[in-house]
Amino acid sequence: MEQLLQQVLAGLATGAIYATMALAVVMIYQAIDHLNFAQGEMAMFSTFLAWQMMQWGVPYWGAFAAAVALSFVGGVAIERVLFRPIHNAPILSQLVAFIALFSIFNSSAGEIWDFTIKTFPTPFGTKPFLGSSLISTHQAGMIGVTLAMLGLLYLFFRGSRLGLAMRAAAANPQSARLVGIRVGWMIALGWGMSAAIGAVAGMLIAPVVFLEPNMMLGVLLYGFAGAVLGGLSSPGGAVLGGFAVGVIENLAGTFIPYVGREMKLTLALVVIVAVLMVRPAGLFGRVVVSRV
Amino acid sequence: MSAPEPNALALERPAAVPAAPPVALAGQRWHGARNLTIGAVVLAALAAPLLVQNFVVFQLTLVMVYGLAILGLNLLTGFNGQFSLGHSAFYGIGAYTAAILMNQDVGYFWTLPCAGAVCFVVGFLFGFPALRLQGIYLALATFALATAMPQILKFQPLEPLTGGVQGIALLKPDPPPGVPLNPDQWLYYFTLAVLLLMLAGAASLVRSRTGRAIMAIRDDPIAAAAMGINTALYKTLTFGVSALYTGIAGALGAIVIQFVGPDSFPFLLSVSFLVGLVVGGVGSIPGSLVGGVFVLFIPNLAERVSTGLSGAIYGVILLVVIFVMPAGAAGFARLIAARLPFARKSVAIAATGRE
Repeated sequence: MEQLLQQVLAGLATGAIYATMALAVVMIYQAIDHLNFAQGEMAMFSTFLAWQMMQWGVPYWGAFAAAVALSFVGGVAIERVLFRPIHNAPILSQLVAFIALFSIFNSSAGEIWDFTIKTFPTPFGTKPFLGSSLISTHQAGMIGVTLAMLGLLYLFFRGSRLGLAMRAAAANPQSARLVGIRVGWMIALGWGMSAAIGAVAGMLIAPVVFLEPNMMLGVLLYGFAGAVLGGLSSPGGAVLGGFAVGVIENLAGTFIPYVGREMKLTLALVVIVAVLMVRPAGLFGRVVVSRV
Repeated sequence: MSAPEPNALALERPAAVPAAPPVALAGQRWHGARNLTIGAVVLAALAAPLLVQNFVVFQLTLVMVYGLAILGLNLLTGFNGQFSLGHSAFYGIGAYTAAILMNQDVGYFWTLPCAGAVCFVVGFLFGFPALRLQGIYLALATFALATAMPQILKFQPLEPLTGGVQGIALLKPDPPPGVPLNPDQWLYYFTLAVLLLMLAGAASLVRSRTGRAIMAIRDDPIAAAAMGINTALYKTLTFGVSALYTGIAGALGAIVIQFVGPDSFPFLLSVSFLVGLVVGGVGSIPGSLVGGVFVLFIPNLAERVSTGLSGAIYGVILLVVIFVMPAGAAGFARLIAARLPFARKSVAIAATGRE
C-alpha cells in the first residue's frame, strides 16, 4: 500500500509534465483542428531562447517573459508564412509540413546550441515538497502553474470577446466569417497562444529532463496520448489525461512483470487504446454528431 | 470550446469526376502515352543495373523495397481512407519472418509468401480495433503498434527466435547457377520482378468490384453502407492486404540488407513511409515509387549539403515539395498532363485512373 501510494505520487509528478504538454496540444487542436507534430520542437526552441538570454545575463523572469512573447510572435509568423498558403492542401500534406517543421527546429537547435545536455534553472527550488522525497517543490510548482494556465484559459475562452470569437472561428468558420470575425487571424492567434503555452511547458519541463534538442520528443508523445485520452475537445480533460498517463505508466512499470522502462510507454498506449474503444472521443471529449 | 469534428487526419475527398464522356480519339492517345511511359520506365529499370556501380544497384533495390512498402500504406490510406502510423511494425514483422525462416534454411523466395501471409493475418486482426477508431484516434492506436514492435522483438522469452537485441544476420543469396549476374544485380532483378507482380496486383485490385467498394468507403462510409457494402469486412480486409504488401517489402528489405535488428524498425520508419506517401501522391500507385525515391535519396542529399544542418535542409526540401506539389508528384503529373494539348479533354477521366 505504501509502495502504491509512492508510485502514484511519482506518477503524478511526471504526469504534470505530460499534462502541461497536453494542454498546449489541445490549444492548437482547438484553433486549427489538427495536431501540431512540431509543437514539442517549437517548445524546445523557445526554451533554448530563454536559456540563451539567461546566459547573456537576463534574470529568470525577464527571460521567461521574453521567451513567451517571442514564441507567441513566432507562432503567429509560422502560421502566416508557412501554413496560411497551404491551408487548402490535403490534410496529409499539412501533416508532412509539420514533420518538415519538426526536422528544421530539431536540426537547427542542434547546430546552434549543440547536443550536450544543459541544466535549466527552476524558480521553485528543488527541495522535497511537504516532506515527500518523490515530489519536489519544482514539480509541485509545475502542477500549480499548469492548473493556473488551465484556469486562465478557461476565463479567456468563456469570459472574453476574443475568446468567444476564437471558439466561433473553430466551431463554424463560415458562420463566424459572416458575423464579422476574421477567421484567418483567429487561427494565427491560436498558433501564437499554443506556441506561448508550449514555451511555458518547455521551461517548466527543462529542469526535470535537462535541456537538449531531443528533450521534447518523448514528452510530446505522452502529451498527445494524455490529450487524446482526456478528449481533444476538453482542456481540463487533457490535463487530467496527462496526469493519468503518468500514473498508469508508473504503476505498470512497477507492478507488472516483464514491463521494464522500455515497455512502459507501450503499455500506457495499450491502456489508452482500450479506453478509446469504449469511449471513442476520449474520457471527457464531446461526441460529435455529424449530419449526413 | 469545441471542434467541429474529430477528423484531424481524415482524408480530403477527391474532386468529383466530370460526367462528360471522353473524346474517343484523345482518350486513345492518352492511354497510348501512358502505356508508352510505363514501357519506358520498365525498360530503363531493366537496363539500369548493367550500367551503374554495385552500390547504386543496391540503392535502387532499396528504392523498390520502400516503394512497395509505401504502396501498402497507400492501399490503406489512399484508397480506403484509414490512417496508419504503424506500418513500420508490419514491415518489421515481414522482415523478421523472412529472417527467421532463412535461418531455418528455407529458400529466400519462399519467405516472401510466408511473410505476406503472416502480415496479412496480423493486419486483418489489427483492423478490428481500428474499426472503432477514426482519424487522430486511429493514428494513436497505430502509433502504439509502431512503438511496441521494437520492444516485442527485444522481449526476452522470444530471444531464441528473434536473436534479442543482437538481431539476425543473413547471407546474401547467390544468383542461380548459369545466370551471369553478380549477387547485387540478381537481387535487383528479383526485387523488380516481385515489385512488378505486386504493382499489377494492386492495379487490378483497385479496378475491381472490391476496389470500388474500398474506395466508396473512403469517399462516404455511410453511403457505402447504405449501398450494401459490408464496410467492416472491407476495412479489415484492406488492413490485411495493406499489411501484406508492406510485410513483403519488409521481407525483401531483410534479404537485401542482410540483417534484421529490433531497432531497424523504429517509429521513424513509419514517418518515412508517410512522407513518401504524401510526396508521391496519396491514392496513386505509381506515385508510391516516387515516394520510395524521395525517402531513400533526399536524406542522403541533405546530408551531403551539410552534415550538421542535414535535418533542417531535409525539412526545407520537404516544405518546398509540399508548396509546389500539395497533392504529391501524382497530382503534379496530372496537372502537367491536363495542360498538354492532345489530352486536355480526356484527362479528367483518365487521370483519376478509375474510369
